[in-house]
Amino acid sequence: MTREGLRALLSHWRRNPLQAFTLVAGLALATALWSGVQAINAEARASYDAAAATLGEGRFAQIVDSDGGEIPMDTFVELRRSGWLASPVIEGRLNGVRIVGLDPLTAPGGLGPVNLDSGTEVGTFLGGEGQVFGQTEALDAIGDLGPERVADPDVAPMTVVTDISVARELLGRDGANRLILSPDQPMGRPELSEIAPGLSLRPAQGGTDVARLTDSFHLNLTAFGFLSFAVGLFIVHGAIGLAFEQRRPMVRTLRAVGMPLNRLVWLMAVELLGISLLAGLIGVALGYVIAAALLPDVAATLSGLYGAQVSGTLELRPVWWLAGLGISVLGTAAASTAALRDIARMPILASARPRAWAMRQAGGRWLRIGGAAGLVALAAVLVAVTEGLAPSFAALGALLVGAALALPLVLDACLALAARGARSAQAEWFWADTRQQLPGLSLALMALLLAMAANVGVSTMVSSFRLTFTGFLDQRLAAELYVTAEDEAQAERITEVLSPEVRAILPVQWVERDVAGLPAEIYGNRDDATYRENWVFLEAREGAWETVFAGEGAVINEQLYRRAGLSLGDEIAVGPGTRLPVVGVVGDYGNPIGQVIVAEPLFQRLYPEVTAQRYGLRTDRPQEIRDLLREDLGLPEGQIVDQSSIKAFSLQVFERTFTVTGALNVLTLTVAGFAILMSLLTLAALRLPQLAPVWALGLTRKRLGGLEMIRAVMLALLTTLAALPLGLALAWILLARVNVAAFGWRLPMYLFPADYAVLAGFAVLAATLAALWPARRLARTPPGELLKVFSNER
Amino acid sequence: MLRVEGVEKSYPGAEGPVPVLRGVDLALARGETLALTGESGSGKSTLLHLTGGLETPDAGRILIGDENVGTLSDRGRARLRRETVGVIFQQFNLIPSLDVASNIAFQARLAGRHDPERTRELAEGLGLSPHLAKYPEQLSGGQQQRVAIARALAARPALVLADEPTGNLDETTAETVLAAMLTLVRESGAALLMVTHSDRLASAMERRLHLEKGVIA
Amino acid sequence: MNARWLIPALWPGLALAQGFAGLGTDSEGYATPTPDSEFTFPADHGAHPGFRIEWWYVTATLEAADGTPMGAQWTLFRTAMAPGGAAEAQVWMGHAAVTTPDEHYVSERLSRGGLGTAGVETEPFDAWIDEWRMWGPSFDDLRLAASAPDFAYDLSLEAQGPLIFHGEDGYSVKSSEGQASYYYSQPAYAVEGTVTLPEGRVEVTGEAWLDREWSSQPLSENQEGWDWFSLSLGEAKVMGFRLRGTEGGSYTSATWIEDGATAYPDGAFTAEPLATATVAEREIPVRWRVTLPDRGLDVEVEALNPQAWMSTSFPYWEGPVSVTGSHEGRGYLEMTGYE
Repeated sequence: MTREGLRALLSHWRRNPLQAFTLVAGLALATALWSGVQAINAEARASYDAAAATLGEGRFAQIVDSDGGEIPMDTFVELRRSGWLASPVIEGRLNGVRIVGLDPLTAPGGLGPVNLDSGTEVGTFLGGEGQVFGQTEALDAIGDLGPERVADPDVAPMTVVTDISVARELLGRDGANRLILSPDQPMGRPELSEIAPGLSLRPAQGGTDVARLTDSFHLNLTAFGFLSFAVGLFIVHGAIGLAFEQRRPMVRTLRAVGMPLNRLVWLMAVELLGISLLAGLIGVALGYVIAAALLPDVAATLSGLYGAQVSGTLELRPVWWLAGLGISVLGTAAASTAALRDIARMPILASARPRAWAMRQAGGRWLRIGGAAGLVALAAVLVAVTEGLAPSFAALGALLVGAALALPLVLDACLALAARGARSAQAEWFWADTRQQLPGLSLALMALLLAMAANVGVSTMVSSFRLTFTGFLDQRLAAELYVTAEDEAQAERITEVLSPEVRAILPVQWVERDVAGLPAEIYGNRDDATYRENWVFLEAREGAWETVFAGEGAVINEQLYRRAGLSLGDEIAVGPGTRLPVVGVVGDYGNPIGQVIVAEPLFQRLYPEVTAQRYGLRTDRPQEIRDLLREDLGLPEGQIVDQSSIKAFSLQVFERTFTVTGALNVLTLTVAGFAILMSLLTLAALRLPQLAPVWALGLTRKRLGGLEMIRAVMLALLTTLAALPLGLALAWILLARVNVAAFGWRLPMYLFPADYAVLAGFAVLAATLAALWPARRLARTPPGELLKVFSNER
Repeated sequence: MLRVEGVEKSYPGAEGPVPVLRGVDLALARGETLALTGESGSGKSTLLHLTGGLETPDAGRILIGDENVGTLSDRGRARLRRETVGVIFQQFNLIPSLDVASNIAFQARLAGRHDPERTRELAEGLGLSPHLAKYPEQLSGGQQQRVAIARALAARPALVLADEPTGNLDETTAETVLAAMLTLVRESGAALLMVTHSDRLASAMERRLHLEKGVIA
Repeated sequence: MNARWLIPALWPGLALAQGFAGLGTDSEGYATPTPDSEFTFPADHGAHPGFRIEWWYVTATLEAADGTPMGAQWTLFRTAMAPGGAAEAQVWMGHAAVTTPDEHYVSERLSRGGLGTAGVETEPFDAWIDEWRMWGPSFDDLRLAASAPDFAYDLSLEAQGPLIFHGEDGYSVKSSEGQASYYYSQPAYAVEGTVTLPEGRVEVTGEAWLDREWSSQPLSENQEGWDWFSLSLGEAKVMGFRLRGTEGGSYTSATWIEDGATAYPDGAFTAEPLATATVAEREIPVRWRVTLPDRGLDVEVEALNPQAWMSTSFPYWEGPVSVTGSHEGRGYLEMTGYE
């Protein structure tokens, strides 16, 4: 009996392949976007975890130098001998690879992912030439430096782990960057300040620094994935509901010939489970493709914006493909519960009314008005009184859902207004019929609204950002030529030869240090008009540059300013025993970490070991200087870069950063277009009884088809118009709230009417394409089909 | 075979329950055919649905064989419909997504009594042999009703219930469909209870009862 | 990775050959003990980095003011990763424990050599790893301190007699195949100080025993573990150990200390388990019959706390015992190699 029942239920899909396709494709698309995003997130998190495990970041309390300097090994010994169970970590970069030196004997987390299980390897790790552990990519990049290179896939990307003695050797360093503290400390330990007054304690944190920093980015991706999934669920909900409604007669017959109700409901649930698993599998496979295609860009973005290293290749992790299947099944369950409940409660002899069902979907007018108003109000309150990432996203969500709920009401009001202006009978019918059809299309139109608003919002944000960024590049890349010396001798020679030839030589010299508890770079800038003329302060004291070049102040970037909560006049440590007040804040959009600018003489006094090997050259004769460098100084072409190439390169990095967002945008819009197509197709079949009388009264089928097209395009256009203000609101929240929390900068918002017009064009195009097929089908409906409406009571 | 004793049924209406059946008694022996006539609203379809276990009576007993339909569980009534009763509706109630052959065999399969020979005989007897691979929407009304008749008889039910089986058909078609149905029912030895408002149809039955305002007149 | 991997590689003396291959060749390049060598003090109280392994090992039987018996242990191990004696090639390990009748507290420390976080100096004497320390103006007058999250102690040790040299004047043979170590003890320190437990600080008094031992290849590869006793029996003291062979045989050695020391060769001293307890999922003998017939010794030795398990990187049993029978007294028992 089970087999027969299942066969009868499944035969419905065989006879209605379009509906089956809608259901599977909608679910698969939704799952694909969701699991694609999850796959990217999972990959990134795995990389952060590997990094955390490698570096012991966040998990343990740490001791750092209060001024951000090194901790001498003697201080470490003193701490140990007074009962502080600390372990040194020496970090630095070599050939683009992060070198992490640990002491396996005292490190509370051991060597993290590195596993030394045979005793014979331990001697090699601790003594002699030593060993470095890392992924092949990192080992290749670091080159043969002496220590044995051991491939270990569990070490964080572009990082190698080694013994402190090897790290000291490789990095030419004496002290430790930080000490990590064992969670179990002995009793009777003296205060830290008694032993090492210059050091400070940083408590253990819940997560890793990089994970917290990048949370916003992943939240962003997740929000997009969820939006797409929600749009997909609209489709699934529609397809399942319609299929169930159409199968009511079958249900009635099955029961009349003796299929028990329980069994029937159970079979339908099994059927849906099967479909959702199938669609889930397809979706996960598609998601893998999407994620694999986007991951390199995501990796570039994360490293560009946050300095986080993420592997560029995707692994098939159960965490996301299981989640993908799970969400497909759960989504189906959510979309079908109501339909199944209806079937279970349906009187045995009830008849099917699919069209009535479709119209009812939009029901609850007052509920909608209330819901929409409530959600929009909630969004407004959240924006007005809260700050930070989570409430900003909550506001975005509330605004989007509220607007989606309000859409059918707005559209209906517009149509009613238009109907009043109708003069001809045909026009009157057209408006009335459109209004009647609205409920059946509203789910698809909501999907379009969300997709369009996201598009408008994100493209406004990205374009505003691009504009700001280009302006920023013009300020910052003021020098006409940039030259890199190979060594100090060459650097000296360049300075010597060029001094009489150019207007100014601006050395680029910096050290990495913690400032106000955050990682930062300190630059020593030469006193020059370039800075006064080109750099724009977001906030500054009178005569800021004069103060800086007098060695009495520092300029910091916006990231540091916001993240550390600094104000003008606050003092920051810029070097051992030296604190300077903040006198100016500059925008900085090309850099993940904090920056501090001090005068060159001060910098040289604080960091005598640092010498500039890169210079910006101010000159009116760039080509001549270039030739001079090449011919007289014998510099290879690769060491001289002109302003425009750097700008081009920076812009390219920028574009790459937003490829992912752009791609997700396009995908979301595609899903929305698909939703419209499917709604129109299913409605078309149900609408014959509405159209047949009009046809009988003298409208040609071709004309009817044409009107159907116009209707779809008009609804899409109206929806797009509604999406515009919504999208701008979205953009504002992204720029003024989300960006500040996520990236540490606030951007001015610009409007791009031409872009919006193009987007509207896309929306209309999508709607036209979606309406084309149903309209053609209508235009070609055999008259017999239309006649059937009259001949036979369905 | 079938005994209906003091059956009452009412439906909820705007001003309280509206009685449809007010104590109906009837009996039907094995192999017997009975026409139940009456005006629209006389309750004849309701009586048929009650007999087929599609609804439950408010009072009284309906016995098919030894089983009281009214006290059976949902599951029990489903089994009864599957194995003991064949129902033919005015609307043809075929499964649109299954072909004719599958529709005919469907109930017999559910009941676990599928016999390909029987299906073939029925299809032949009803002139459906050329249409076995077609889908219901490709058939005329008369052909669809023949499929419904074949389906009802394929499981060899002891009792066949027919609700205006020719109500949707033109007169000539109705004649031939009715004749085929009667022949096949007699051949199978089942009892037939047919609801109709047509005197002509009723006269083809062995017995005839008239229902008026919820009681047998 | 924790320090567990260090153990089989670095502590063959404790690892006791359990599946550990190459013991015979591992001593290559290291100095080996020879008979007839002379000790020079205080230099020999310090480290001998030319040898592969070495330890400074203190066990103390204590009594709180209210009469509660206790035990304390302080150990500093040194091992060389490579021959040659370079400071950077040394790895140091510290074990500390406090045993009460009901509780046993353990802690462990590791350190590399050459940095200053662990080491031994002789004039004045100072042996340390992190803040754990044994130091004093001379070897006869020492302070002993260690701390952990759940316990700490600070004891002063005053020698009551001379150093005792085991085996042939400090050349202690460990197997019939000739494996040996340098081994001397200070068996009689009077102890006074405080022990801090989670419940609070306790004043204690008692006596302590210090072992010094170094070698490069102390055990035969077919020996699976040892049982070591140091017992204080009124006027006399005895040190005896039994090295258990993988094939059931054993090798014993003992030193009787009473107006000087007398060493006893293999077989004179016997130790026989009478009862076991389940400790850390294995059966460990916690009551013994110990005899040295030549001195009329026939006693039962029983653990104060059978659960005195050292859950360190390389785990073993070490705890205070009481002695009854032909002689009465207290002492310490160490058992290794029980799997």
